[in-house]
Amino acid sequence: MPFENLPDLVPVLPEIFLALVIMSLLMFGVFQRGGRAETDVNTFRVISWMAVVTLIVTPLLVLSLAGSTLIGFGGLFISDPFSVFCKILVLIGSAGSLVMARNFLEEHDMARFEYPVLVVFATLGMLMMISANDLISLYMGLEMQSLSLYVIAAFRRDDTRSTEAGLKYFVLGAVASGMFLYGASLIYGFAGTTNFTILEQVLQRDTQDEYGQSLGIIFGIVFILSALAFKVSAVPFHMWTPDVYEGAPTPVTALFAIAPKIAALALFMRVMVGPFGDLISEWRQIIIFISVGSMLLGALAAINQRNIKRMMAYSSISHVGFALMGLAVGHDSGIRAILVYLTIYLFMNIGTFACILAMRRGGVMVEAIDELAGLGKTHPLMAAAMTVFMFSMAGIPPLAGFFGKLYIFLSVIQAELYLLAVIGVLTSVVGSFYYLRVIRLMYFEDPDEPLDRPVSREISLIATLAGLVTVLFFLYPDFLVLSAATASSALFLN
Amino acid sequence: MSNFPILSLVTFMPLAGALFVLMIRDSDPEIVASNARYVALWSSGLNFLVSLYLWFNFDNSTADFQYVEKAEWMPVLGLTYHMGVDGISVLFVLLTTLLTPICILASWDSITDRVQEYMISFLVLETLMVGMFCALDLMVFYIFFEGVLIPMFLIIGIWGGPRRVYSSFKLFLYTLTGSVLMLLAMFAMFIESGTTDITQLLVYNFSEKLQTWLWLAFFASFAVKVPMWPLHTWLPDAHVEAPTAGSVILAGVLLKFGGYGMLRFSLPMFPLASADFTPLIYTLSIIAVIYTSLVALVQEDMKKLIAYSSVAHMGFVTIGVFTTTVQGIEGAIYVMLSHGVVSAALFLLVGVVYDRIHSRKIADYGGLVHRLPAYAMIFMLFMLASVGLPGTGSFVGEFLVLLGVFQVNAWVSALAGLGVILGASYMLYLYRRVVFGKLTNDSLRKITDMSPREWAVFTPLIILTLWMGIYPPSFLDVMHVSVDNLINQVELAQSAAHTLAQSMDVNH
Repeated sequence: MPFENLPDLVPVLPEIFLALVIMSLLMFGVFQRGGRAETDVNTFRVISWMAVVTLIVTPLLVLSLAGSTLIGFGGLFISDPFSVFCKILVLIGSAGSLVMARNFLEEHDMARFEYPVLVVFATLGMLMMISANDLISLYMGLEMQSLSLYVIAAFRRDDTRSTEAGLKYFVLGAVASGMFLYGASLIYGFAGTTNFTILEQVLQRDTQDEYGQSLGIIFGIVFILSALAFKVSAVPFHMWTPDVYEGAPTPVTALFAIAPKIAALALFMRVMVGPFGDLISEWRQIIIFISVGSMLLGALAAINQRNIKRMMAYSSISHVGFALMGLAVGHDSGIRAILVYLTIYLFMNIGTFACILAMRRGGVMVEAIDELAGLGKTHPLMAAAMTVFMFSMAGIPPLAGFFGKLYIFLSVIQAELYLLAVIGVLTSVVGSFYYLRVIRLMYFEDPDEPLDRPVSREISLIATLAGLVTVLFFLYPDFLVLSAATASSALFLN
Repeated sequence: MSNFPILSLVTFMPLAGALFVLMIRDSDPEIVASNARYVALWSSGLNFLVSLYLWFNFDNSTADFQYVEKAEWMPVLGLTYHMGVDGISVLFVLLTTLLTPICILASWDSITDRVQEYMISFLVLETLMVGMFCALDLMVFYIFFEGVLIPMFLIIGIWGGPRRVYSSFKLFLYTLTGSVLMLLAMFAMFIESGTTDITQLLVYNFSEKLQTWLWLAFFASFAVKVPMWPLHTWLPDAHVEAPTAGSVILAGVLLKFGGYGMLRFSLPMFPLASADFTPLIYTLSIIAVIYTSLVALVQEDMKKLIAYSSVAHMGFVTIGVFTTTVQGIEGAIYVMLSHGVVSAALFLLVGVVYDRIHSRKIADYGGLVHRLPAYAMIFMLFMLASVGLPGTGSFVGEFLVLLGVFQVNAWVSALAGLGVILGASYMLYLYRRVVFGKLTNDSLRKITDMSPREWAVFTPLIILTLWMGIYPPSFLDVMHVSVDNLINQVELAQSAAHTLAQSMDVNH
């Protein structure tokens, strides 16, 4: 049999599909006769739409793997309900940000076909991260994602802020990768394996050992934890976030705020409750610390921001803080709460960034929050959508954001972490202040110069869809909760 | 008809009206505005008529929840969409459905900017308020309770006065801070008891230690809503800046959330903690009654004066609730209802002259009786009602509260009685300065008396306040059995704990 050494490819099917399609798209782009502006734009458009279609088809492939746990490549790769759930979120996020990007890139002279290609490559990396079952494959996925993202952060290469964002992201990202590798090698040195399944058994045995866990393992976990905290931009590793969010072109920011964050949090969950699950008493206090820090800093620092992208950066930091509270619970219900939270976060953020992308005057993007003044009069529908997203992010019922917080706090109370819960709700009150400020500008102030109309069709479509999901979520929340419950229980099978 | 979801109808009909208003499209903004007004008036007016059915068909002889609806909502957690009213809540539903069309009618001419959005906000607000009084599931209750903030924030912020931004933020942040703590307490109750069903929680026994914490968390929310001294400072700001109808809803219905919440949650669910904290409540309420009455005396702004008087009246409510006597609790509910009518009318009266002169300063007025005799008469009626003159609803409520608290603590009763005297002084003083005297301000010389629309606004309120004063049984009978039942439960729980403590003493 010529194929007997062939690894089992079924669990990797979506990734293989994505890789093949994107490489053919890359080839297609490379061999186009370029040089003239309009042909370049045409190539960009074709590839952009093809990439979107690919990102929409891939979830179907992912779904075909739902319900079972498959391990491939000798234990390096795992596909389980948890990965299926997170992959679908990531794919929706990437597809959404790519759809919104088209118009912006064309108007800002950045319509080059490399953009969609890089976005899909990054997405592929994220899928790998989510499915990693070994520190090595995890690192591969992480780097594939990060390298593509470094490039698109600097995609507007003649703009200093954008190149600065790319460079900053790269340098700090490299430091984080270094920390990760150091932690991983410590783990390997002290546990003798990089595979999550074996690692879990080894650590479980060591925990019951009379000597307890060796210090090297703890050190390794702390290093890995710091690297992951960097990737999800949690305090104290958040410093790059506002600058990168502000400097990167807005559609790139929209992508950063959504897909990589979900992927990194998924990774965070898998690593912490999987191989290191038995050591929860060691890492719980660290998670609580970074969670409280993120919530506090996100809420307080956003108050004084004048740039809406910076504000969204701090907002995402505080959202990560809320999500990490669920991880501190470390229990089935905490993970379920995070998954629900991330799904709602995805829709709120896609919608908000759609509105931000519509902020342009004379064809040029404007970014100051004050530019939203009087939007309620000039663009009533867009203002209404933005209001919904802002109230939802502040966690006011009956909007979706409230339910996200509901499950998180419920699990935190269940774990009897009362102080954490009280700090959490109080920071959410502080945080609501700056969301309200956006609403105040839109409705309570008079417009000076109206923003451009009409808003492009893709953007209105995405804002409308996300708005409807956010408003009507309360009608049938159980679908999401049940899927999240299935996904989260997959992490606790053994 | 027994299975007909009448409560859902009353709750969501205004929302349907709001969707209707949202659909109105025309090139002429005037037509849009006038259509929006009519749709809003019709849908809320019709809703009032439907809600009358709740009252007429209400069974006074049972303390059970009536018109109950139950449906699956979030089966994963066991949350249900559960609605129902008892003798305590049904009258608040009626108060809400009555005041909303009055508010819409009162804003007929005074709101000319963004009428469509205004009407939508009010109809959504009505849905949320009615839903809050009908909810029998903790989460459903909370969603309605806090959802109210969204339209209220927008109403004050968009259509309010010069300091509207400050006031709307203050209202939002104060209320939110209290509510989120209550939310955590609700989670703790859910985890402890395994249910969010209010009917089951009413008979669940929480441990005394847990009760203390839960009581404090709920108190954080309700004390802001009531509002109790010293958390009342958002109220004068919000009232002064809100448009007339916003103040009416705020004073008429929103302030009742706190008192209602204490009756529905704090007292029956945490009876032991309530007994422990009663002295705290008495102290804060007495301070509220006396201090805010004194503050009201020196106000220059009519709306602010009435706002402070609301805080004082709410002090009676909290005293009454925690007496745990039939008279005290029925009096508290009665004060809430009559205050809902009277303070709404007083804010509307300020609105009438504000629409004409655009000033709320007491000093800008004087001698209105010469130009506006009908107005002066209505104002006198409600001013006296606010003071608590026999023959008006407030008298019945305040008398019952004082009677109730006298059985428990004569000192509290005496000090609260002092509040009644102070109330008379600031209201009479206000009335003298605004209505009597000479016409000094020139702009008042052309002022016109009540229009037919304004008569339509005030007539139901006049009838109601006299009815409540002259024949209270129509209202007291509705609540009587429910209140009795509530008190029995509380006393049972308290005496059970008492015997337990005694038997433990014996064992030692």
